Amino acid sequence: MSESSAGGATIELENLSKLYPGSPRPAVDNVSMEIKAGETVIFVGPSGCGKSTTLKMINRLIEPTGGRIRIGGEDVTDIDPVKLRRKIGYAIQSAGLFPHMTVAQNIALVPRMTGWSTGRTRDRVEELLDLVGLDPGEFRGRYPRQLSGGQQQRVGVARALAADPPVLLMDEPFGAVDPITRDHLQDELIRLQRELHKTIVFVTHDFDEAIKLGDRIAVLRERSHIAQFDTPEAILTNPADDFVSGFVGAGAALKRLNLTRVRDVEITDYPTVTVDDPLQTIFNRLRSSGTNEILLLDRRGRPYKWLRRGDLMRAKGSLARAGTLVHDTVTRDATLRDALEAVLTDSSGRAAVTGRRGEYTGVVDMETLMNSVHELLEADRLEAMEHQHDLAETRAAQTHAEQEGASGGTTA
Amino acid sequence: MTFWEYLSSRHQQLLTDAYQHASAVFQCMVVATLIGVLIAVATYRSDWAGGLATTATSTVLTIPSLAMIGLLIPVVGLGVPPTVTALTLYGLLPIVRNAIVGLRGVDPSLVDAARGIGMSRLARLLRVELPLAWPPILTGIRVATQMLMGIAAIAAYASGPGLGNEIFRGISSLGSANALNQVLAGTLGIIVLALLFDAAYVLIGRLTIPRGIRV
Repeated sequence: MSESSAGGATIELENLSKLYPGSPRPAVDNVSMEIKAGETVIFVGPSGCGKSTTLKMINRLIEPTGGRIRIGGEDVTDIDPVKLRRKIGYAIQSAGLFPHMTVAQNIALVPRMTGWSTGRTRDRVEELLDLVGLDPGEFRGRYPRQLSGGQQQRVGVARALAADPPVLLMDEPFGAVDPITRDHLQDELIRLQRELHKTIVFVTHDFDEAIKLGDRIAVLRERSHIAQFDTPEAILTNPADDFVSGFVGAGAALKRLNLTRVRDVEITDYPTVTVDDPLQTIFNRLRSSGTNEILLLDRRGRPYKWLRRGDLMRAKGSLARAGTLVHDTVTRDATLRDALEAVLTDSSGRAAVTGRRGEYTGVVDMETLMNSVHELLEADRLEAMEHQHDLAETRAAQTHAEQEGASGGTTA
Repeated sequence: MTFWEYLSSRHQQLLTDAYQHASAVFQCMVVATLIGVLIAVATYRSDWAGGLATTATSTVLTIPSLAMIGLLIPVVGLGVPPTVTALTLYGLLPIVRNAIVGLRGVDPSLVDAARGIGMSRLARLLRVELPLAWPPILTGIRVATQMLMGIAAIAAYASGPGLGNEIFRGISSLGSANALNQVLAGTLGIIVLALLFDAAYVLIGRLTIPRGIRV
């Protein structure tokens, strides 16, 4: 399988404006922004603030009336828009799959238009379906209406990635799916982005989504004016003004949990047995482990049940009846918020961490989480204080300069 | 002579007429479909142009077919030309109207997606918009064909081809021995042809409407 290679490209917007004929005020007013290669930037803002318009000007679905766009250093403001769009992936709300084409045909559209051979296109379709977590054999020949909303959205992302474009534009792609599926899709996107390093521009009105996905977030107010363009941490701990803090909303400390992933905190190992182990082994393991409980894995190594001392006795040695089922597991890409949720709901007060195929890799518990959160908040607080200190210093210097200037200039 | 006797004695002539009838309708439908879809493609994106196309073609339909053929005779002469011209004009309305409705009914977000992934105007039209509008267009073609089957009978008035000749011959000799048989044979022949065409369209629909949008 060919390893997809093209990483991201920079995007520079320079005084970009859109004035619709007949309207007195521009819909997008003088936006300048630099997006680094391989970075995920989220445009977030209230409805009608022009975030979608700004996004659509990048691939010139909406022609800007002023300003320049540069992608990878190349000025694309005046090149043929059709050619431009083939080099930019585009994923939209509710996927926008063509209902009269199969999944494979939908994905193959761009490669075929750019003149790839049939064989190469076919291989690429397989590779992409694999990449977005759909089994090619099962899904290749299906029509969009035979897919769930989440599966359609995955195919939509695969289609956007088909010709391996350096830039990916996503216009509220997960807006129309249910919250659970959205969560999964977000996790998948994070995983994809870690492998692919595309430059992603993503539009949403959901600030939590922005925090979860973005390397940097541009909070936009009306006419696409940038209220703040910074990392999620900085926006949470240091909102630039009332508009931004209003948009961040309450519970910034809880939202902070969305910024850190399970992989970043300590995952502890835990004694495990599998359902195929003889009962004697299980007894021995229970006795020899220092803990009260052990984790029972199923045949494919996935967490199955928590077994306490005595559970087996009460169930008269039947593994099928003993112990409590594992309700909720988290992946290493899950946020600490998800992990906290899982820990709170699981009867054992800890949550099993799983790998890509659901296999057991470790455990997080309340203590680990609390410690991590405290450390995080402390670090943020220090950073914010430092930032404030810097600001105060700059202001002091400014005031000083002004006073100097005033005394040196006209005598008022 | 009973009707059956009439049929068996004249089946050669009847079959020729039926074949010519069907062939005239079929050829006119092909031309009307091409012109109709072209008109729709040219006009569906503008409100007034689409309205104009629909109004113009429906105005044509209000002209009585006998008058239309009569009016065409001095212009294009007798026989096949007025028949083909009239049939094509009458066939346009259902096709133009359904094609416009179908093309306008394509989900705008799909058109947006098609533009967004870099499809040219022509590619969008051929690969996305027309395939999605095809079911209503096919319905238009079906309706038009049914209509033309009847109208084609009038073509005999201008010495055109088809089963209309049987009917006109019968009407002009009413009271004679075979008059009723002639009218009956022509009429039933047209009905049978119409049903056969309709069956063919069902089959074409099965074959050409992609599985993903079949209802």
